Amino acid sequence: MRYAMAVDTKKCVGCSDCVVACQTENNVPIGYCRDWIVEVTDGTYPQLELEYRSERCNHCENSPCVRCCPTGASHYSDGGIVLVDHDKCIGCGACIASCPYDARYTHPKGYVDKCTFCEHRVKHGQDPACVAVCPTKCMYFGDLDDPNSDVSKVIKKRKYKTLIPEAGTNPQLYFLI
Amino acid sequence: MREELIVSGRMNPHIDPQLHIWEWQIPAYLFLGGLAAGILFFAGYYFIKGKSEEYPTAVKLAPIFVPVFLALGLFFLFLDLKHKLYFWRLYTAIKLESPMSWGAWTLMIITPLSMVWAALHIKSLFPKWDWKFDFVKDIIKWLEDYKTPVAWAMMILAVILGIYTGILLSAFNARPLWNTSILGPLFLVSGLSTGAAAIIIMSKSSAERHMFAKIDLVLIAVELFLIIHMFMGFRASTQVQIDAASMFLGGQFTAPFWVFVVGLGLLVPASLEVMELRNKKIHYMVAPALVLFGGLLFRFIMAYAGQMSRWLY
Repeated sequence: MRYAMAVDTKKCVGCSDCVVACQTENNVPIGYCRDWIVEVTDGTYPQLELEYRSERCNHCENSPCVRCCPTGASHYSDGGIVLVDHDKCIGCGACIASCPYDARYTHPKGYVDKCTFCEHRVKHGQDPACVAVCPTKCMYFGDLDDPNSDVSKVIKKRKYKTLIPEAGTNPQLYFLI
Repeated sequence: MREELIVSGRMNPHIDPQLHIWEWQIPAYLFLGGLAAGILFFAGYYFIKGKSEEYPTAVKLAPIFVPVFLALGLFFLFLDLKHKLYFWRLYTAIKLESPMSWGAWTLMIITPLSMVWAALHIKSLFPKWDWKFDFVKDIIKWLEDYKTPVAWAMMILAVILGIYTGILLSAFNARPLWNTSILGPLFLVSGLSTGAAAIIIMSKSSAERHMFAKIDLVLIAVELFLIIHMFMGFRASTQVQIDAASMFLGGQFTAPFWVFVVGLGLLVPASLEVMELRNKKIHYMVAPALVLFGGLLFRFIMAYAGQMSRWLY
């Protein structure tokens, strides 16, 4: 099993519904976010291109955060989901410094926190909150090992990119372009 | 002109707009760790060489302060932790891929070792020292027989401690400024240099001071070589590392780094040491004090600038 997510940058309108859904679903403390919208304007005026991306932890296959964690709090869960075990985390910040996507933060309670791919929903066959709530249905979630999953099908059909693959992390968040 | 404008909706505390997860505690600890490693290395080395009487400050006096430095450094590390009550979790796991785990275990062994060494030599600082309890005296007497293995362990662990302070940072590929394998050796050499400087400050014998001034000169030369090499490597690397280096080559850290770390912290003390070795009258504390200042500032600048360097996407 290999969970992954695809975000269609052509469909995303940057409404931030996914951000709010995540904050509500996961009781994210006020002022923090586990997913966020990035808006990129690129080109030479007046030929400009606009791209919206709903970003979050890339649940990398070669995660620097798991590698550098001194206690084993950061770990791979079922399906390659990268999680933080709060009772093992000492809040040293090594994983935060190690993440090229800056996807982690320190929870006000002291431990490090991040996107969990909504593991609590996924294990019951539901989509993550951000995917479920998206009004333009621009996000796809599923098992890459299953050729019939939403994410496998859309990745087969469409061109995509990942974020800074040159960092060697093998990210599992795909952006359809 | 082609432009790319990136707007992010993320504003997490200590992450955005610029990573600032590590504050003064980390560079202060890196300095104390390097200083302790330097002193312990020389203590172990000159004891094994049988030069305890020739270099009494290095072998006996200076190491007495090391447990204090290490305890203070560990206290700073503890202050840095955000989930403090769980700190003991460091010692429920051995993670070979995590430099921080290596460091935690090294400190776990080298701190008590430094205490043993200090206990064995405390009388050289306080001649009237009395251990009061007989069983403590017995333990000290028993340990006297194992000085050589302790010295070897101290020397080897000091190298690991000194180099780990650099590897800790160089292992983060997310921060291009840190992501160079030069950083481990550079921090080790800088730590040895601050250790030699501390020994010079504490020493009362001019022969010993001259010896360590010579050692320090070699270490400073190696340090300069490594610093130049580091920037050469950055300049010849990818865009993110070119950008990281540009913070020091025209960017905001140019003046503090080249004037205070390289100038006041390396070049000036090296010149003063040369003059002193040629018997010019210079107060012997000036050069080592500058070396210590340079070592401390170097770690602060590397810790802060490293967090500012990042990948672009």
